[in-house]
Amino acid sequence: MTISIDPQKSDKSLQPKGWLRYFSFSLDHKVIGVQYLVCGFLFYLIGGTLASAIRIELASPMSDFMPRDVYNQVLTLHGTIMIFLWIVPVVNGAFGNYLIPFYVGARDMAFPRLNAVAFWLIPPSGLMLVASYFVEGAAQAGWTAYPPLSITTPQSGQIIWIMSVLLLGGSSIFGGINFIATIIKLRRPGLKLMQLPMYCWAMLGTSLLVVLSTPVLAGTLILLSFDIIANTGFFNPVLGGNVVVYQHLFWFYSHPAVYIMVLPAFGLVSEILPVHARKPLFGYTTMVFSIMGIVVLGLVVWAHHMFTSGTPPWMRLFFTIATAFIAVPTGIKFFNWVATLWGGKISINSAMLFSCGFIINFVFGGITGVALAQVPFDIHVHDTYFVVAHFHYIVYGGTVFIIFSSIYHWFPKVTGKMLNEKLGILHFIITFIGFNLCFAPQHWLGLNGMPRRVAEYDPQFQFVNQISSLGALLMAISTIPFLINIFLSMTNGKISGDNPWDALTPEWLTSSPPPVENWKGEAPLVEEPYGYGKKLSEQN
Amino acid sequence: MTTLESSKETQKNNFEVNEKHEDFRMFGLITFLIADGMTFAGFFAAYLTYKAVNPLPDGAIYELELPIPTLNTILLLVSSATFHKAGKALLKDRNSDSQKWLFFTAFLGIIFLICQLFEYFHLPFGLTDNLFASTFYALTGFHGLHVTLGTLMILIIAWQSRLNGGRVTSQNMFPLEAVELYWHFVDGIWVILFIILYLL
Repeated sequence: MTISIDPQKSDKSLQPKGWLRYFSFSLDHKVIGVQYLVCGFLFYLIGGTLASAIRIELASPMSDFMPRDVYNQVLTLHGTIMIFLWIVPVVNGAFGNYLIPFYVGARDMAFPRLNAVAFWLIPPSGLMLVASYFVEGAAQAGWTAYPPLSITTPQSGQIIWIMSVLLLGGSSIFGGINFIATIIKLRRPGLKLMQLPMYCWAMLGTSLLVVLSTPVLAGTLILLSFDIIANTGFFNPVLGGNVVVYQHLFWFYSHPAVYIMVLPAFGLVSEILPVHARKPLFGYTTMVFSIMGIVVLGLVVWAHHMFTSGTPPWMRLFFTIATAFIAVPTGIKFFNWVATLWGGKISINSAMLFSCGFIINFVFGGITGVALAQVPFDIHVHDTYFVVAHFHYIVYGGTVFIIFSSIYHWFPKVTGKMLNEKLGILHFIITFIGFNLCFAPQHWLGLNGMPRRVAEYDPQFQFVNQISSLGALLMAISTIPFLINIFLSMTNGKISGDNPWDALTPEWLTSSPPPVENWKGEAPLVEEPYGYGKKLSEQN
Repeated sequence: MTTLESSKETQKNNFEVNEKHEDFRMFGLITFLIADGMTFAGFFAAYLTYKAVNPLPDGAIYELELPIPTLNTILLLVSSATFHKAGKALLKDRNSDSQKWLFFTAFLGIIFLICQLFEYFHLPFGLTDNLFASTFYALTGFHGLHVTLGTLMILIIAWQSRLNGGRVTSQNMFPLEAVELYWHFVDGIWVILFIILYLL
């Protein structure tokens, strides 16, 4: 006697319903997406608290708020949490899992079980990372964990840190494999690659980077842990090792990691702008090619992080030119977004405001990025607050703004309820002012020689640092209206209807919140996801 | 009970109507193997860089002998062929033949690991002696871990391709094909490793 039930499907029908499903090993991509987002946001609150502690310490020149080694541990934990537990999982895992199956016209990801495994690696490794702070010898070598600092300082916390990052890297690779298979193989019949919404392309490029570069980080960290545990000398100059090899291997992952953090944001903003400007996305084909150009170039620019590490001149020349070239595809994307807005029927709402905030901040971060690619300038400001300002303009002003924009845009999709626009605009105003107040002055600090990752500084920088700390305070406060907004909408929000923005991308062509398996009947074939501004007859 | 079953029925119908798609498990595996290969690429790059810029300190011993690794290379190449034979046999529903070939492949894998350990115990240098020694053990050890996992998977496949009650049959070839691809991948890595570590 044989019973033939597709095991995957029977699993699904037996899973818990209601809010309990968010605490289960759910195989539904929508549940996993929300799990990623909420989990990531909780870690964002922890990382934000650490950032506030850093800014309190830096409000005065002496290290009076916390001892110097604690300061180093706090900044290490802040960087690691924000990158590996907030930005990478949320901008890839959360929105990718929620949206990609809709965009390709599928009922789930290609490998639902692998997907759930990838998510459930995150909470335990996140807790490990936080726990590493409390053991003796917490990691204090920064998120880069450069040897020899990471192998000479007390080490038990550093080892837990490495294990945690390895697990998070594994989660990221599983996610990347899943996205590639879903986008390439699981497309609805009749849907061509060049008809996919831009976020699919962004995630395809990102996942290629994840699959190609994350394993190198894993290998590097394994060698680093050998250095710590087994007393080998891969990266320990005392034992004949070579620290620069660590830097090369580390940045081979960690420069593409910048694009792993920002390319999905490019994709998301390309979804949000056309909807709220009621215009087709400008230059679809050039957008696709610039994403792929960024992927290829992103793999060959890593040594621009190492201009002061005794890099030979030919290498400096090559990596300067390659890095400057990245400005071309990125610039194309920037002008395409502006052209999308140009002459559009723009609605000023929270999602739109955060997206515009992204464009403004990202231009700043991009320009300082091109400046940093130039060897003479880079040597001048290397390891100063100029670099801190630059990358916060990219990852916070760029990606985090887009995460908030996306939450405002897709909250009605996920919950079926609207967010309060007034609170949303308040959230945007405080975040935007706070962010720029916090990080714009740091350019000046860096140019004047204030080094990063040091608890104490020259008293002449105190006033500017206090402005920066004030900005950080505003950023911390800005979370309050956001959380109130989420809470009010969840309990007592206005019902949104299925398609509150009149959007044309496929995720809006089903009920909000969507049913299990996404569509009642067959998945719709969306040939023009950005066909705004045309007459209804032309659309059909 | 009936509603649950009927809902399963509709889902099953949905599955058949809407969700017919090609089998892309192999595609996922290939993507994973590319990622795995990048880990090795990182190790190789590190080793070659050390070789280019870090001279061996005076008095440090780093010498490798060729006979055992050459034997190991032959073992792995032969095991790739025998694995292929196993797949062919299973495709023709000759399960017991397939099992024989699989057990022989696993046997070759185990011999490989024994030779590797024998080499480890007879080398004139240890893990922490010098940079090249460390890199040698890290690279061959990481590869050995892959061989160990592969051998275990081959044994599972061999057990599951038994005639009565086995889950790997000519109708369900994927597990065998997946492990075969993985095994060829591990072989390929060994050939590169052999060239880079022993011959260069």
